[in-house]
Amino acid sequence: MSSAPLHFQTIAELSAKIAAGQLSAVELTQAIIARTKAVEPRVHAFNSFDEADALAQAVASDGRRSAGQSAGALDGIPVGLKDVIAVAGQPLTASSKMLANFVSPYDATVTQKLQRAGAVLHGRLNCDEFAMGSSTENSAFGPTSNPWDLTRTPGGSSGGSAAALAAGAAVATLGSDTGGSIRQPAALCGIVGLKPTYGLISRYGLIAYASSLDQIGPFGRTVEDTAIMLGAIAGHDPKDSTSFNTTIPDYRAELKTRRGPWKLGIPKEYFGAGLDPEVGAAVEKAIAFYRAQGCEIREVSLPHTQYCLDTYYIIATAEASSNLARYDGIRYGHRTRDAKDLLDVYQKSRAEGFGDEVKRRIILGTYVLSSGYYDAYYLRAQKVRTLIRQDFLNAYREVDALITPTSPIPAFKLGEKSADPLAMYLCDIYTIGVNLAGLPALSLPCGFTASGLPIGLQLIGQPFREADLLATAHAYEQAHGWNTQFPSL
Amino acid sequence: MSQPAELNIDRVAELSRLALTPEEKTRFSAQLGSILGHIEQLAKVDVTGIEPTAHAFPLNNVWATDLAQPALAVSAALRNAPVQRDQMIVVPKVVD
Repeated sequence: MSSAPLHFQTIAELSAKIAAGQLSAVELTQAIIARTKAVEPRVHAFNSFDEADALAQAVASDGRRSAGQSAGALDGIPVGLKDVIAVAGQPLTASSKMLANFVSPYDATVTQKLQRAGAVLHGRLNCDEFAMGSSTENSAFGPTSNPWDLTRTPGGSSGGSAAALAAGAAVATLGSDTGGSIRQPAALCGIVGLKPTYGLISRYGLIAYASSLDQIGPFGRTVEDTAIMLGAIAGHDPKDSTSFNTTIPDYRAELKTRRGPWKLGIPKEYFGAGLDPEVGAAVEKAIAFYRAQGCEIREVSLPHTQYCLDTYYIIATAEASSNLARYDGIRYGHRTRDAKDLLDVYQKSRAEGFGDEVKRRIILGTYVLSSGYYDAYYLRAQKVRTLIRQDFLNAYREVDALITPTSPIPAFKLGEKSADPLAMYLCDIYTIGVNLAGLPALSLPCGFTASGLPIGLQLIGQPFREADLLATAHAYEQAHGWNTQFPSL
Repeated sequence: MSQPAELNIDRVAELSRLALTPEEKTRFSAQLGSILGHIEQLAKVDVTGIEPTAHAFPLNNVWATDLAQPALAVSAALRNAPVQRDQMIVVPKVVD
């Protein structure tokens, strides 16, 4: 058993202690609340936090256990949700002024699934506004800091989810990933983050950004914890017509049965200009580890990689401009006090409610869909998307999974890129292809820079084969101790 | 970087239902100009005969049985309305 403080222990460790009667859900929740209060003034990972509600859930969990009705490994475990995932009766803001006073009238499907698994849902985590960004600086409620270096960003858009977990203010969290928004913050904060196959997790109750790319996924301290979380939230949902009806394996148990050796592909386009040398060296070491374990390592090519960023910013903004049309100041959300007529309500409510990055993306998306430009931009991007997806499927004829860096650079300074949207977009160059192709991918820690910043390794898997992907990551993690190092806060 | 297609910020802001300040128009035009300049490289890709992908996996229409089911109570549905009266959402006058 780990000697780490409770707030840095894993679901696997904590649930064993709870099952053995050495720890109660209330004690654990109190420890996480105390830790949250201690670090939150410096990290600002949460948009809101309902202490009384969390403790009530913990009391209920202990009640179930004493009645012999524990729901399993997650029963009594404090789990934080990104503030784009609905919990009935709780605030849901998407880190936007537009929804500053919004209270969700219903639960997301993942919320209900976690509640059925007994998790203590204990806070709504900061993110870039409407999940648009790579640093959590686009939050209307202020940026989140990276627990490893408070002057740096935790990445984004799910920066609060990653920072809360890295800081010990949650035992596991959920985020959402449209272009890298789970994997990049996981890499920058030194934890595991999984973006599942498009369709594996219901999006019902997730605030929509770009519907053909959005996917909810878990953050964990370890691959095993990530597998436990994935098992709890995966599965078909009639309320999401894009959710896929497939058998959900026991991801945690499968970690022990799938051992490789695997054929692993190294996409040469992911190791070019712009890759930080320390990040590159750490990833090369990880590749050498797999080779030493008997895995066949093969260079592969994803020739349309250079077009991923542009394709993404056309498709994602087009979908966003349509999805965010619902925020009109009429039925819910911010309404201007200064309107002469109905058009004025729309235009001023939206101008007052949305931040700069959201406005930029709505404008770009509206432009690429507008009459005369649709074929040149949107339709062309959809065709290039076909080629990008085909690149990956071609690679999977030769290899089981791909290894790449998650982010080209480690955590950057707060404010460093916020004035230059294009520089910020380049943070996502290794992650967005996965969303365009609908594939599963995870980031796991693979070292630290000389200045002590975490580095992330990305493993990209095949559709609906998360069990293989997690097992491949688990094999690396078991041989390295990166996840037993914690930030000093 | 090639010269991007002209982005008429007034027209696109109107289509987007966003009231932008003159300062925002200038700033967003410059920023979006550089992004559109980057995007221009997509024109180099040969997409002859390539089908567009709207979703990563082929989606068929999904049908649901038309059953009456419990829905939100009126009070819950109206909870977030900016202005309400007599179980209705109040909006500015739309007909003169």
